[in-house]
Parts: sequence; structure tokens; C-alpha cells
Amino acid sequence: MAWLLNLLQVILFVATAPLLAGWIKKLKCWSQNRMAPSVLQPYRDLFKLVRKETVVAEGASWIFHMAPYIIFSVAVLAAAIVPLVAVELPTARMADVIVLVGFFGLARFFQALAGLDIGTAFGGMGSSREMTVASLAEPAMLMAVFTLAVSMSTTNLSTAIATLLHEPLTIRPSFVFAGLGLALVAVAETGRIPVDNPATHLELTMIHEAMILEYSGHHLALIEWAAQIRMMIYAVLLANIFMPWGLADNFGLAALGWGAVAIVVKLVGLTVVLVLAEAVLAKMRLFRAQHFLGFAYLLALLGMLTHVILEAG
Amino acid sequence: MDTLNSLYGQAVFLLAALVLFTSFVMLAQSRVTALVNLFALQGILLAATTALVAIVQNSPHLIISATLTLGLKGILIPLLLHWLILRMGLHRTIDEVKRPLQLLLGAASLVVFSYYVTLPVVELSELETRNIIAASAASLLLGMLLMISHRQAISHVVGFMAMENALFFSAVVSTYGMPLVVELGVAFDVMVAAVIFGVFFFQIRESIDSLDVDRLSRLTETEENE
Amino acid sequence: MIALYLLLLIPLLAMPVLALVGHKPWAGRFNNWMNATTFSIAVILALIVLRAGTLISDDHWWLVDSFNVYLIALTALVGLTTGIFSGPYMEHEREIGRLTHRRLRLYYAMYQGFMLAMYLILVTNNMGILWVAMEGATLATVLLVSLYRTPESVEAAWKYFILCGVGIAQALFGTILLYFAASQVLGAGDEALEWTTLYVHASEFDPTVMKLAFVFLLVGYGTKVGLVPLHSWLPDAHSEGPTPMSAILSGLLLNDALYAIVRSKMIVDQAVPDHLPGLLMMGFGLLSFLVAVLFLHRQRDIKRLFSYSSIEHMGTMTFAFGIGTPLATFAALMHMTVHSLTKSAIFVTIGHASQIAGTQRMDKIRGLIATQPQVGWGLLVGTLAIAGFPPFGVFVSEFLVLVATMESYPWLALPLLLGLAIAFGGLFRHLHPMVFGRKPEGQEPVQANMMPVFTHLALVLLLGLAIPGILADWFDHAAQLISGGMPQ
Repeated sequence: MAWLLNLLQVILFVATAPLLAGWIKKLKCWSQNRMAPSVLQPYRDLFKLVRKETVVAEGASWIFHMAPYIIFSVAVLAAAIVPLVAVELPTARMADVIVLVGFFGLARFFQALAGLDIGTAFGGMGSSREMTVASLAEPAMLMAVFTLAVSMSTTNLSTAIATLLHEPLTIRPSFVFAGLGLALVAVAETGRIPVDNPATHLELTMIHEAMILEYSGHHLALIEWAAQIRMMIYAVLLANIFMPWGLADNFGLAALGWGAVAIVVKLVGLTVVLVLAEAVLAKMRLFRAQHFLGFAYLLALLGMLTHVILEAG
Repeated sequence: MDTLNSLYGQAVFLLAALVLFTSFVMLAQSRVTALVNLFALQGILLAATTALVAIVQNSPHLIISATLTLGLKGILIPLLLHWLILRMGLHRTIDEVKRPLQLLLGAASLVVFSYYVTLPVVELSELETRNIIAASAASLLLGMLLMISHRQAISHVVGFMAMENALFFSAVVSTYGMPLVVELGVAFDVMVAAVIFGVFFFQIRESIDSLDVDRLSRLTETEENE
Repeated sequence: MIALYLLLLIPLLAMPVLALVGHKPWAGRFNNWMNATTFSIAVILALIVLRAGTLISDDHWWLVDSFNVYLIALTALVGLTTGIFSGPYMEHEREIGRLTHRRLRLYYAMYQGFMLAMYLILVTNNMGILWVAMEGATLATVLLVSLYRTPESVEAAWKYFILCGVGIAQALFGTILLYFAASQVLGAGDEALEWTTLYVHASEFDPTVMKLAFVFLLVGYGTKVGLVPLHSWLPDAHSEGPTPMSAILSGLLLNDALYAIVRSKMIVDQAVPDHLPGLLMMGFGLLSFLVAVLFLHRQRDIKRLFSYSSIEHMGTMTFAFGIGTPLATFAALMHMTVHSLTKSAIFVTIGHASQIAGTQRMDKIRGLIATQPQVGWGLLVGTLAIAGFPPFGVFVSEFLVLVATMESYPWLALPLLLGLAIAFGGLFRHLHPMVFGRKPEGQEPVQANMMPVFTHLALVLLLGLAIPGILADWFDHAAQLISGGMPQ
């Protein structure tokens, strides 16, 4: 039963990821007074890409061919760790939060390699930028999740969230800082404004898009889908760690239903905040990205410090 | 009642953490107007923390201190500084911080340092707010760092006042406030200091036509023949 | 008790009055009368304490014991004589157009404000009020340092303000820690900051916290004492402010800051068994002494020269208080007295000398004896005294410091002796041409009142030849009290 539920949750996760992307795009259009495409548009795009012929550059090695599959499967595996509507599912117990960060690292590694593989100028540039951002973002993310891990005395995401869920209401300053830090990391990692612009057509300012310029057809579909899953993972992480209320802690139908409703509400709220933030911010110069991420690291570090200083003992 | 009390306690912690956070943000801030606003925010947060402690501990004397802090550091001194900034046309002045990231990480290590320094104090204390002592000591050091890293006279004043904030903060969290006479005396000193700072701005401006303290460098040990 | 209140009340009342009438020609005389009144009250107070012993007010707010009462008398004396000097000096400054009416009013008001802060520091029994008064002393003097509004003086005042402000903030943190440690035992309230209470109960306080508190107090008040490496404001503030300012800063403020440190040490010593406060003070004191001695040689400005000399002597005192034996404490107290008297006399003389030469640069000041023998001899004798020449009191006190060092830490006597020799050279190589050099063309004598100078120097000489019995008893009493030999 638990396994079945688990499978269902992962499928739900993977399947709804493009929906989240479509929803964000819709909100964004509204915020800019534009006509919005349907929320289902990302699905149509993916479908269209899958049907199209896949063109591969001359001289591409096996890495280029394999990378989309690896990236996509890693994204799905990562999704299996993160509790979406219920905690204490079997796969979530198997792997902890460090594995999650490791999965992200693995996917990024192959994406960067693939970008370099063809040998075009933009691919290399994108890869190098991506690695720069990542080298700063990963410590910040680790520090933020460690704050969670230290206060819950476990590195297992699902167990930690379950503990949070069962304790009485507590205000933790460390979580405020860690949450903000993680949010900044999420913004950088999913290529949103102000670090990257997902809708850019200027190759010179691209980070993420530059790496996948050479991909087409179903390769591109997989990569895009993986990116959407990653976006979803970050959103769910933020929502469920820092506002765990409503998650199902048993597998009864009512609890699961509530869990589903809760996560939808939380995600809607979160995306509204994201879109509003993007509306007021301008994309910053690439060289400022390190300050941005440094600030994220600082916030996470402060979270850790306030935990040690204020909450322990 | 118990959970309510613990919630109060957590709210105090949260506010304390935010006070520390404003110290950090001030450190990296390069616009003087924003700096003054942050300082005002810190004063208000501090007053809120004190008021909350006062309510939990049922201590009327802390309420007076909180009001004093709010009035003086949350409202009066920021207003005075804003007025000075306007009078001197400094509202566009950028007091650029070199290497903000390194500065902030250095600041984080200062927090760790003050944690170790105040450890014996924290162990001895039985107050509920004892854990905040380290945070207040850290704000003190951060105020000093602010003065070291910034070059504008206004920033120095803000740093100076932030240190006063931190001292008041530490008195509140380590002993629920100094005796009232002392606190009134300190508040009086701070107020006079603020006024004198104001006078100084005009004097410095008159003499070096700028408020950049880097240009105050006539007096050195190695003055040679003119 | 009434004498004590009057001591505080007179400057408090004189301050607003002088703020209104400070520009009148008779303001200087009024100032003198006020100072003379406080001085006579201080003497009466001293006599009372001498007869009746320690005086503590009923509400425990004020404390006058044998340690601070002689400092009160000293403060009043230096305040009086410097005031007498400052009258004609300020008049001269106004005539040559360096000062306006408003600034004169500010000057006189702040002079009394500063005196008030000084007395408050000395008589308060509350460590918190002590801090407030110390900060008040800074606030009162800071605008006086920038009185001339030259770029240099504004810069000096700014440095003084910022550095002392930051320093004294550390002292407040130390006071908070002290209060914290005390309130663990005594409970919160005014009591836990009262020196008398703290002194009795200190042995029950937590030693670690007390050590921590002392470090902060030492650094904080040490900034005001001018201990190296926190001294950089001192030469600037002394050289750029008006000369009477330099005299009272050097002669009084530094003493009172040191007084605050010693008071703190007396408490902390009870709580900390391992003599750490004393060692810290010795370290800072010796460092200040040696650094200041070396800097003496490099100076070009006459007031800077003597402000480094102040750092040197404050270092010696801190060192001696740090040793902490009754003999060393006796020596330190005596050194405090003779240094205050001599240094304020020297600054007064320098004031006249620089008015004669129209500059403070030592290479421009020449032939003082030829121009105005009084001033020349004053400077010569004063410098002889401060350098520790035998008949003067400074010699005796320095000798005692050396003896005390020999007793407790023999190997430290060597750097002390060496430093004294270097200081001697540093002072005299600058002094000789200024006093005896060829008189420049057109150098005219100025209106000078050398009475205070010679009074001070005569006192110092007297102290060097034979300490009067009363004073010796007094020092002895205070030394016993400070070194913890005698319970209250």
C-alpha cells in the first residue's frame, strides 16, 4: 500500500511539474497585463518537442546523447525523496537530504559536460557560468538544510518534516533565516530573475539556456521537463519544510486529500510571491550573482548560528 | 498558559535574531538614507523586544526603557539624522563598502567569537533570555565593524548609535535592564551625543567640504616640515 | 554631607550662568570665584573625611573615602589654577580674533560642565553613574577641542569623540557584566551597582564573568587614560584644543579615568584570586610607557610632545597600580598627584610660550628666557620636574615605583630605568633650544599670569623634599585601602 502510494506520489510530482511552470507563466503574464497562454501550454510544448525530429550536432560524443536521460532520471529520483502530500513514504526513508543535494549536483555535472561537449562558444560559456553559480549555491543550500537537520537531529527530510508536523507551534528564528536563504538559492538554481532570465533571447546574458542551445526534439523535451521538476522540488521543499501544516502523516483518504489541498494552496501562495518579486526586481549583472548567493549563504549561516546560540540549551 | 509563555519566549528570540540581522544588513548597506532607516528599524525592533520581555516578566521599569528606546532610537535620532542628511544634501551619497561579502563573512565569524566569549555568562544566568546575550555582544562588535568599514561620518554615527543599541540590548537580556537611574543617564548621554554629532557635521563640512572621514588625515605621527 | 552636595551643585549652577554671560569681560573672574569656592569646599570635605573616616550617604548614592577625597582636592586645585590661567589666555585669544563671543560662552559653560562631570565621577558610589559621568566628561570637552574650528582641531575632536565613544562603550559593556555578576548574588536593583556593596560581596561573584568584565572595563576606561594602543586620540586632542583644555585633560580627565579602573580593580581583585587584573594593568601600563617614551623623540609640536609625556606617566601609574603592593600603590597615588600638578603647570607655560612665538611648532619657538624669563624658567623647571629630576616630587614617586618593582618583579625594573633615560633625552633635546636658543626678531612678551605655574611647581618641590605628615598618612591610608590590606 505504502509503495503504491509512493509510486502515485512520484508520478503526480512528475506529471504536475509542467503545470506549475504553466501556472507561473500565467501569473507572470497577468502581472504584466498580457494575455496569458493556457496553463497547459508547457504540456503542449513538451508533446510538440517529443514528436519533432531530434537533431544532434556532428562530433557529439555519448555524453551528449546520454545527458538528457541522466538528467531526467535523476530529477525523478530526487522527486521521490521529497514529500509532496504525505510523509514517511518508503523511498523518502531510504535517502536523506544530502543525497538530494547530490542528485542536483549530478544532474548539473552532466548538463555542464553536455554543454561543453559540442564545443560551441555559448555552450562552454553557459557551462562555466552554471558552475560558478553552483559552486556558490550548493554550500548555501547545504547550510540551509543542515540548519533543519541540526534542529531536528536527523538528515532525513521526511522524518524531519514529520517531527516538525507533530510538535506544537514554535517560532524558530533559525528557520526564518534558513528559509530565506533557501529561497534565494532556489531563485538562483531555477534560473529566475534576478540571477537568470528564463525568457531571455539574448545569448550573452544566458546561463541555463546557453547550455542547452544545441538540444532539440525529445532530448530537449527531457531537459525542459527535468528543469520543471527541479523547480517543483524547490517549491515543495520551501513549502513543506517551512510550512509543514496539512501534510498527511497517515495514509487515510481524508488525510491524503487534505495533504493535496494543502500543497496546492501553499504552492499557489509561493508562486504569487515569486512572481511579485520578479515583477519588482531587475535582472542583475552576472558578476553580481556571487553577491546574491553570498548573501544567501550568509542567511543560511545566520540560521545555523542563531540555532546554536539561541535555540540550543 | 505554559505554551503561551513559551510562544512569547520564542517571539522574543525571533525579534532578537532580527535585531542581529539588521546589524548585518547595516554592515553591507552603502546608501546613507537606507542606513538610517535600518537603524530606525533596529531601534523599533529593540523596543519591541524589550516591551515583550517586559510583558512576560511583568516589569514596569522595562516598559519605561522600551518607550525610551522607541522614542529616542526608533524615532528621534533617525529623524535628526534624516534632517541632517537633507540639510547637507547627502541623500544621494553612496558610502561604498569594499568587498561586502568578505565583510559579512567576517561579521559571521565575529558572531561565533562573541558566542564563545559570552559562554561563561550564559552558563551562569538563569534568565529565560540568557541565550540572547551572545547575540547582543555580537551586535556590539558588528557596530564597531560598521564604523571600521564605512567612510562617511554619518555611517560612523549610525555605527556608534548601533553600539549603544547593542549595549542596551545586552543589559535587557542579561539582567532585564540596568537600574533606572543608570538607564536614564545613559539615554541622556546618547541624546547629547546625537546633538553634538549634528554640530560636528557642520564643523567637518565647513572645514573639509565633505563628510568623508578618510579626508580627515592631517594629523599624523610623521608630520614633516611643511 | 552638605559639603558634598555643594561640590556638585556649584558647577551645576555655574554652567548655565556662564553659558549666558561667558562673553563678558568678568566671566573669567566669575569662573575663578566658582572654582575657588569649590576648592575650599573640597578642602573642607577632605578635612571632614580625615577626621571622621569614610563618608557614605544614607541612600548609598555617594561615597567619599580616603582614596577619592584627595583626588577631589587635587581636581579642585588644578581646576582653580587652570581657571586662573585661562582668563587672560582666552582674553588674548579673543583679541587676536581666534574666538567669538559665542565660543567663549561655550568654553566657560563647558569648563564648569567638565568640572561637574569630574566631581561626579569621583564621588558617585554607583558604577553605572560613574560611566554616565565619564561619558559626560567626553561630551563636555569634545566641543572644546574643536573650539578654534580649524580643520586640524575639528579632525582631532572627531577622533577624540569617536574613539572615546567606542572605547567607553566597551566600559559600559563591562559595567553590564559586572551588574550581571552582582545581580546573580545580590538580586537586581541599585544595590548591585553600588561600589560599597560590590566591594563587600565581590568574593561571592563568579570569577570568569568578573575577569571578562574587567577586561572590558580596562579597555574602555583605558581608552580615556590613553593606554597604548588606544591612545591615538590623546596627542591630537591635546595639541589642537585650547591650552587650558589640554591642562585639565591631562591633569584631571586621565586621572579620573584611571581612578575608575582602579575602583573596578578593587572589586575584581576580590573575586579573582589569580592577580589577573593586576597583570593586565601592568602589561598595558608598561607598553604605554615604552611606546610613549619612544614617540617623544619624534614630535615636532610642543603640545604633542607633552601629551606623549602624559601617556608615559599614565602608563607608569597604571603599571604601579597593577603591581598592587601597598608601596606600589602609594607610589602610584603620589605620582598621580605630582604628575597632575606638574603637567598642568607645564601646559599653562606652553600656552604662554606658544602665544609668544605664535606657533606650537618647536622649531619656531626659540629663546624664551631672553624674551620672557618667567615663561622660560617655568618651562625649564617644569620639564626638569616632569623628567624626574631629584629634588622634585616626580623623582620621589618614580623612585618609589622602581623600588616597588624591584621588590615584586625585579627584572621589570630594567625596561623602566631604560625608558626613563630615553624619556629624559627625548624631552631635553627639544627643550634646550626652545629655552636657551637665540631670540627671533620682534618676539614680544605677552601678558602672563605665572602664579599658578609656580604654585604647582612649588608644591611639587615640597612633595619631593618632604611629604607633609598629613598627606603621607593620607596616601598610606588610601594605599592600604586600594591594595586590600584593610577592610572597610
